[in-house]
Amino acid sequence: MDRYSKLSLAVRYLLLIWVALIFIFPVVFMVVSSLKPDLQLLQDSTSIRAFLPVGDISLDNYREAWERVPIVRFVFNSLFVTASTLVLSLFLCSMAAFAFVFLNFWGKSVLFSIILATFIVPFETIAIPMLMLVNNLPWIGLDGFEIGWMNSYQVQIIPFLADALTIFLFVQYFKDLPGEIVEAARVDGATWFQIYARIILPLSGPIIATAAILKFLVMYNQYLWPLMTTQSDQYRPVMVGLQYFFQMNTAWGEIMAYLSLITLPVLAFYLALQKAFISSIASTGVKG
Amino acid sequence: MTNTFSKQQSASAMKRIALAAMAASVSCSAVATETLSLWYHGAGNPAEMEVLGSIISDFNASQNDWAVEIQSFPQNSYNSSIVAAGLSDNLPDILDVDAPVMPNWAWSGYLAPLDIQEDQLAGFLPGTIGRYEGELYSIGFWDAAVAMFARRSVLEKHNIRIPTLESPWTKDEFNSALANLDASGDFKYPLDLGMASTGEWYSYAFGPFLHSFGGDLMDPSVPTAEGVLNGSAGIEFGEWWQMLFEQEWTPGTSQDGGDRETGFLNGDYALQWNGNWAAPAALAQFGDDLLLLPAPDMGEGSFIGSGSWQFAVTKSSDKQEGANAFIQFALKDKYVAAFSNTTGLIPATESAATMTSDYAAGGDLEVFYELSNEQARNRVITPGYGVASLEFEKALRDLANGADVADTLDAATDAINDDLEKNNGYR
Amino acid sequence: MDTVKSTFTDTTAAPEGAALSGERTVKVNKSGFNKQNLAGWLMAFPAFSLITLFLVIPFLLAFILSFTNQRLMSPNETEWVGLDNFQDMLGLSTFVLEPERDVSGAVVVEDGETQFPRLRQFTRNNPDYPNLDGKRRWLTLPWFNDSQFVVLASDVVFMKALVNTVLFVSIVAPTQAFIALLLALMINQKLRGVNVFRAIYFMPVVISIVVISFLWRFIYDGENGLLNSLLQFVTFGAFKPVDWLGNPDTALGSIMAMSIWQAVGFHMVIWLSGLQTIPKELYEAATQLGANGWQTFRYVTWPGLRNTAILVMVVITMQAFALFAQVDVMTRGGPLDSTQTLVYQAVQRGYGKQDIAGGSALSVVLFVFVLAISLFQRYLTREKN
Repeated sequence: MDRYSKLSLAVRYLLLIWVALIFIFPVVFMVVSSLKPDLQLLQDSTSIRAFLPVGDISLDNYREAWERVPIVRFVFNSLFVTASTLVLSLFLCSMAAFAFVFLNFWGKSVLFSIILATFIVPFETIAIPMLMLVNNLPWIGLDGFEIGWMNSYQVQIIPFLADALTIFLFVQYFKDLPGEIVEAARVDGATWFQIYARIILPLSGPIIATAAILKFLVMYNQYLWPLMTTQSDQYRPVMVGLQYFFQMNTAWGEIMAYLSLITLPVLAFYLALQKAFISSIASTGVKG
Repeated sequence: MTNTFSKQQSASAMKRIALAAMAASVSCSAVATETLSLWYHGAGNPAEMEVLGSIISDFNASQNDWAVEIQSFPQNSYNSSIVAAGLSDNLPDILDVDAPVMPNWAWSGYLAPLDIQEDQLAGFLPGTIGRYEGELYSIGFWDAAVAMFARRSVLEKHNIRIPTLESPWTKDEFNSALANLDASGDFKYPLDLGMASTGEWYSYAFGPFLHSFGGDLMDPSVPTAEGVLNGSAGIEFGEWWQMLFEQEWTPGTSQDGGDRETGFLNGDYALQWNGNWAAPAALAQFGDDLLLLPAPDMGEGSFIGSGSWQFAVTKSSDKQEGANAFIQFALKDKYVAAFSNTTGLIPATESAATMTSDYAAGGDLEVFYELSNEQARNRVITPGYGVASLEFEKALRDLANGADVADTLDAATDAINDDLEKNNGYR
Repeated sequence: MDTVKSTFTDTTAAPEGAALSGERTVKVNKSGFNKQNLAGWLMAFPAFSLITLFLVIPFLLAFILSFTNQRLMSPNETEWVGLDNFQDMLGLSTFVLEPERDVSGAVVVEDGETQFPRLRQFTRNNPDYPNLDGKRRWLTLPWFNDSQFVVLASDVVFMKALVNTVLFVSIVAPTQAFIALLLALMINQKLRGVNVFRAIYFMPVVISIVVISFLWRFIYDGENGLLNSLLQFVTFGAFKPVDWLGNPDTALGSIMAMSIWQAVGFHMVIWLSGLQTIPKELYEAATQLGANGWQTFRYVTWPGLRNTAILVMVVITMQAFALFAQVDVMTRGGPLDSTQTLVYQAVQRGYGKQDIAGGSALSVVLFVFVLAISLFQRYLTREKN
């Protein structure tokens, strides 16, 4: 390696590291702060000490947060709701996207336009009509037939199973896939569902990963909706749990500890996906 | 904790199923214990939940007709939770309600009047009794109070008179005290009002200043805000309020929550307008040097806000008898005192105050009981309070940031009156 | 649209290419379109029906509510009010404000400033100007003869929210997309440990925006915030501390910067997935032809990112229009309405003021507005084709 490329390598790494610093500091602040008592945390927050685990360091905040909030229950609820939504939503949305891209059916463009238009509606603006709606929907559960979905898992899952963004992500990706593969499969007598499941999905690693992480983030960070629809700790997710810390005197240290804990599953999920995502690209050898 | 909680949950679910099965099979032959659901804003506050829990278990053990079951909600979003439940017809039998919000819930048909005799209310602090349209709808075990936190040594050093309940600071005295403290250069700000807080703090803490000038959010008897919020008293208040920020005597709307919590304790702020919940930390820091002073008198009297969380019975409940029985049971002095001892809040009755450590004669926080008794004034009692309070908050923020006083108060007045009009004057 | 064409040719071309029995191919040929009809509906229907139930119907409900006086909670009957809610929100008037004149008719000037009468004497309970009643000053322009041309709005806060939202979208969307692309290109290099950096760049996305907003309040603090400390350190004390969120001139910009920073990692990932789809052979060919970095980007990378680019822009634009949490946590629309946004206002009305009808009307306006923009965007991208 000559001097020039060594230098360029060093510059590249310096740049990467410098940018990394910009992105990592709030996480460091969060984790470091979770180890400090409230008063010190606030005093440190004005200087470089905010990023250094110095002073009175302990795990007290974690213990207290643990006592204040049923963390395990909330994380379980969030993960359960998120995972159920994720799996079903990726399936339903990618299948719909497949139909929109590869199939020609009556009313297709109207359907697709309606779906895209819903993309424009921010959830906050329709939450109340939606609340009125789910309250009148029937459900058959362990307790038999009942009307209204309040205080349950399904109220947090089913309304979010299909969304325009996920469908749109898949549509844009499928458009880039070579149509010949589908044609060839049709000729071989494969059904449309077989083509979707056996040919298209295996080629969709990168977009599945992208859609999955997006959906994961949206679902895991749900706040307004579960706030309106859950009435007991049994069904509450992590972001509603965050509210437990805002008392008369905000427990900053405990908040940081709680945040550090609830952020772990998301990071783990992302890192796992990143790995899967890279290997999926490597294995499919990319489409073209 | 988590495990026991979920065990309790599933146990209670089992119980409910069993009860339902029993009810189905026995139908109407025997009188079984009926469950009363209670919603409370104390999620994330284990100490408070424990006191309430012990009251509930005492009640459940004291008779066989009713069994209270509690669900807790985070305070920050409690109102949204209740409104959502109300919209979907899911309200419990008993709930607790923030005092100024009660009229709205009563008007909306969420609450039923309480079945409690007047003589049982004797000795309760005025701020703990929730009345609307002549009916008693809610009753609180405690109140909260706001005081001007100060340090004796600081006031003495700057030759500032220490005010008393009988003779609070006048407007001029207060202003010159602030100017004085500011000029000393000892502090970042002479006063901290707590602009970092959001929502109800503004009306609760600053509304009494407006009242002391002779204005108010609205006149609920007409009802209108015109001439009340934007009348001459309102404008005088607005100009004074804006002056505090122009002079940089107090941190503005961008104050961060951390500074609010630490500023007085570490000596950045000379005075702090804060609630009794902040007193323990200040006492720990300054001990005898800490002063908890009454509100300044701007001309029409010296006031602080009152009315905290109170218990009420829902209209939709088909077990109102039991719900009332529980509230009556819980109003005993020993429970009122227990609550105060755990939460540090002001006990609702004097007899309970003597049973507490902080509020008994000679107690560290006794002064708050007096403040609450002498200066406390309910926030304006109207179902339109929520909107008025939001508009007032916005106006105060805008004024702090330099908006024109008359125009800003006009805008708030119009918005409040629009809301009154849209609701037929809340009749 | 290419794919639609290709599927079309697929059904007609299949029989010739198929080495199957003639009978079967004829069958496919005859009923191919119908079979696609059934298959298409079966596959699209589950997602479509869910979207209809949980997005379209609630939105239609909101649409209906916007013509009523529905409250969040109220014992009063709901009534139809026609377009009242929209008029209350969109009403505009203009007015020429004459300056104060003394007895001689000369314009009164104090401290170098022309004096004007207070607008409130025209807009408040003045029977001579019924069209101005309750309206407030929104814009002021200098006019002839020392007078002022004033645009009054029934709802100044809404107008400011509209302007702020448009400003936010038009700055955040392109900037975020561009920075995200730069990051994606950086991360796409073949360097040891690049995956670690990819994960780090993604970190802000992982943390909820509500939480991020809380943390940044400390950073933006006007007195002892980290940003001010840092800038002072870098400039050796020359920098004068700015109250980032407390100053109407910097508040929206501060929220923009934070929003860009927070979500840029996510869009980097979308760009990356687009970059991965570009065949390696093309890059190899470019290298053989002696293309430099820029040329490779211009003629290989960028053309391959077309669908990704549309995706990124649409997603960012929609997310930017929905700006809410940052404002709610950091500024609550202030100072002086400089950070009001449409969604924040919709929520403020619907939940805060319990005015569901007003909140719904605002949502409808937002919807129509964004729809118009996206149709326009689509029209523009069509033309280029």
